[in-house]
Amino acid sequence: MTTLVASRPSADDALKPPKRRQIKSSYPTWFYIPAGVFYLVLFAVPTFASFYFSLTRWTLFDTEFIGLDNFIQFFSEPMLVRGFTNTFIFGFLTSGAKVVLGLLLGVFLTSQIAARGYLRSVVFFPVLVSTIGVGITFKVLMDPFDGLINSALALFGITGPGWLTDPSLALLSIALVDIWRGVGIATLIYIAGIAAIPPEYYEAARVDGANGWQRFWRITVPLVRPATTTVVLLSLIGGLRAFDLIWAMTRGGPGFTSDVIGSVIYKQYQAGFYGLSTAGNVVLFLVVTAIIVPISLWFNKREVER
Amino acid sequence: MKTKALRRNLTGAIAVLVSIVVFLVPFAFIILTAAKSAPQASLLDLSLPTEWLLWQNLVDVMQTRDYMLVRAFVNSTVLTVTSVVLMVVMAAMVGYVLQRRSSRWNPLVNFLVLAGLIVPPAVVPTIWVLQTIGLFKTMPGMIFIEATFGLSFCILLFRAFVSTIPKELDEAAIIDGAGPLRLFFQVVLPLLKPVVVTVVVVQAVAVFNDFTGPLYFLPGSDNATVQLTLYNFQSQTLNQWNLLFMNIFLITIPPLVMYIVFNRQIVAGMTSGAVKG
Repeated sequence: MTTLVASRPSADDALKPPKRRQIKSSYPTWFYIPAGVFYLVLFAVPTFASFYFSLTRWTLFDTEFIGLDNFIQFFSEPMLVRGFTNTFIFGFLTSGAKVVLGLLLGVFLTSQIAARGYLRSVVFFPVLVSTIGVGITFKVLMDPFDGLINSALALFGITGPGWLTDPSLALLSIALVDIWRGVGIATLIYIAGIAAIPPEYYEAARVDGANGWQRFWRITVPLVRPATTTVVLLSLIGGLRAFDLIWAMTRGGPGFTSDVIGSVIYKQYQAGFYGLSTAGNVVLFLVVTAIIVPISLWFNKREVER
Repeated sequence: MKTKALRRNLTGAIAVLVSIVVFLVPFAFIILTAAKSAPQASLLDLSLPTEWLLWQNLVDVMQTRDYMLVRAFVNSTVLTVTSVVLMVVMAAMVGYVLQRRSSRWNPLVNFLVLAGLIVPPAVVPTIWVLQTIGLFKTMPGMIFIEATFGLSFCILLFRAFVSTIPKELDEAAIIDGAGPLRLFFQVVLPLLKPVVVTVVVVQAVAVFNDFTGPLYFLPGSDNATVQLTLYNFQSQTLNQWNLLFMNIFLITIPPLVMYIVFNRQIVAGMTSGAVKG
């Protein structure tokens, strides 16, 4: 590509150019090509292929068309249905908590408090640790007998629950760890958003006698809407696709009580049910699209109206 | 006035206390356990090590399974560096043209970029494609995968940032006779530096910490990345908690160093890209 341009004599350019074309060609469409090729081969083709393969019994070499059987199986086996509903619970719980906590921490960490710099760094810290590392660490900390959390609770005379061994708690415990890990990014985005609000607004409100609560609801919350959009969309996309933290902490257990679509896909893949695994992918695709697209449209509409 | 300052310090102090319990104790636990002897580490408490074996454990964990972790560090570094370079160059090119040139392709490209961000990758069909082109279980294959999956996020950041660079600069360069490639690589790309730093740090941490990708697309111990060694280590050596946590501690260092070095630029890049974009 480089030689192509270098060898093109500039005199030649000067001879023929209709002016419009020359300016246009400064932003050549072929700049799309490198990224486009990768995107097409490794993302678009597999995505489209998944619609076909989800309808087959598939060994990676042979395919046998079986219609909607994979999907019927997906929605008739209780363990797979559990993964489906858990995905919603996990996605909404974690992103809801990240929005609320992120906004509160963002406001708190942009206000005049002592040790602000330290607090900002420490909240962001967990973002840097690998999910697997976090998962293993909290699996140990949440152990019902030796775990640090329950030993600490015991000091106050509280018998801690089996965070990851109690079927009704496991998914919530993992969600808690995910919030711990991801709230730093939400906070960072909110800090950036709050810093962009002109301070005059707050001064004017203060002159008009608005209290802190009113300033928060009437100025901060409406004006950080772009940050909220970013946080909601990013955390929902991440939450609905969650796999690695869950896999590191419980592998979907006890039983199938903390399975999500992501872990179901992996289990079926591991067991060699490639068609069923791909059907799981298609389900995940539909779930994510059905949730993210309306929400982002709604956010954009509100933004334009304002 | 005096009570206000007092209240400020008091809330600060409470916040510091809460942060210690919520955020620092888990990290302290990792480091302390990484410094203990195997029997003491198996108690899994927050006590100080009776003897500090930080160095000994470091050497031990390195030597486990024929210097597996060292190889994994090399693999992860190669994977991270090359895929991030690919991502940055390709995404900057797309973001730049997408912002500068209005054509009938723009809505389509924008749609594809958003789709890339939202749509979960179809795992097994991707393996099938990789096998067809002979790149399954190979480092180049994994590099291309990471680069592809990271593209959308980078393009969004670049597009938002290009809009802040005045178009007059391009025009001046064009009048001075710069072709499209020179214009992009010598004039525009250097101006994108702040957002390049953000993209590099965010994506490098993401690729380095990625577990799902290598689990599916790079199985086998030859090419194991640090995340995979950690995962395998966990299932193998249940009674060597000290080494396990030493492993966690070690693979946290590279992202941490990146963050400390580039802290300010990340926040600046986020402000210009993620929020206003």
